[in-house]
Amino acid sequence: MEYSYYPGCSAHSTGLEFSLSTEATFRHLGLTLKELPDWNCCGATSAHSLSHTLSLALPARNLGLAQEAKRDLVIPCAACYNRMRTADHAMRRDEKVRREIEAAADMTYTGEVAIRPLLAVVAEDVGLPAVQRNVVRPLSGLKLVAYYGCLLVRPPAVVQFDNPDDPQVMPAIVRALGAEVLPWSHATDCCGGGVSLTRADIVATLVGKLADRAREAGAHAFVAACTLCQMNLEMRQQGKDKLPSFYFTELMGLAFGLPDAQKWWTKHLIDPRPLLRSLGLVGSPARTVAVA
Amino acid sequence: MEKTLTCEVQSLSGENLELCYHCHKCTAGCPVVNSMVYGPDRILRMITLEQQDEILRSRDIWLCAGCYTCATYCPNDIDISAVMDALRQIAVARGLPAGERDALLFHRLFLGVVQRLGRSHEAAMLGLFKLLSRVPIYKDMDSGARLFLRGKVPILPESTRSAADVQQIFKRSH
Repeated sequence: MEYSYYPGCSAHSTGLEFSLSTEATFRHLGLTLKELPDWNCCGATSAHSLSHTLSLALPARNLGLAQEAKRDLVIPCAACYNRMRTADHAMRRDEKVRREIEAAADMTYTGEVAIRPLLAVVAEDVGLPAVQRNVVRPLSGLKLVAYYGCLLVRPPAVVQFDNPDDPQVMPAIVRALGAEVLPWSHATDCCGGGVSLTRADIVATLVGKLADRAREAGAHAFVAACTLCQMNLEMRQQGKDKLPSFYFTELMGLAFGLPDAQKWWTKHLIDPRPLLRSLGLVGSPARTVAVA
Repeated sequence: MEKTLTCEVQSLSGENLELCYHCHKCTAGCPVVNSMVYGPDRILRMITLEQQDEILRSRDIWLCAGCYTCATYCPNDIDISAVMDALRQIAVARGLPAGERDALLFHRLFLGVVQRLGRSHEAAMLGLFKLLSRVPIYKDMDSGARLFLRGKVPILPESTRSAADVQQIFKRSH
């Protein structure tokens, strides 16, 4: 199976371990990610804060590239995913907007590209039974809360993915890896997202609440699917006793026994290795599990 | 006749503000309302009351995190996040000082880098933000250094042929 792949700007910077683990895990599963040639930034929060046209035209150029490639477009970053879906939605429902954006982005919209978050591809195309079959090192004993943040699930009419109140896709994947996913009510609360640099105080409060609630639920760590969430969770937690946070793709790589996994932990601002070591999930050779 | 703020917001956002019956769900769910002066519900009312100066100079429109919680829970399907975007766009178009100076600075620097390179480049953007913002320069220096040591702040931007196209998009979008 081949996909068009839009890594997004954070793939080679703050979200480095997300892209590394995504690419390694997909390779392992036999899925090919073909990076869109010469993709551009989606404009993120800044574009839609300052210019309506720009905020739709920047993603539209990428949609044009994906149309030419004629494959489903897979996007790991929640913010990029949200902006692409927003541009697609705007052009699909309003012809006047479509013409304006087509002119600004120099493309012709066909509406034929399926824009998909990474989680959807894993759950739908790979499927949970196949995820489970690939597990050589079950993540037994690891207790997690799944944290989605905002942009993967809201606004629901635009992003059309999972349940915006109590999302289920990521918990199901991580359970298939052998980890325990605990129920909590804050999976889609906001971490403060884009105000992280300008108002760190607000983000520290929001992230602090998330960490408190996660601890109350009994979690050792978060599992996340958004680069911005992950950055805020790692950078804005206060105090000594910080909860680590994993990308779900890292946990897939770990459970699949990929040797690359050890390179990802060192990229974290909150080192998850003490936790993984305490559970016997790194260090010793992978246990082999009989394939069903 | 001068265009009303209500009119301008409705045309930019595509949202009908008259549908709001002030149930306060938006405000109840807003993650940053504690730091705002008015909150989303009052902002909607103030638009229809044409309290232009108070809104467009407020910090509220710049604090909105764009999380879409309000838009998701509005019983009348008003996309309040889109209304906040429209208010920011109008404030900038009128050249008003932003109620959160650093927020506007951040957006301008981010887009400035994207306009030149086609993609974002953290090192350039963060460096400029540190120099120009009111956030004390020592803040986040340790996190910045730790990110750098983990190979997460590449010094050189990626070279891509998208830059020329993106410059055209910026030109055509204003």
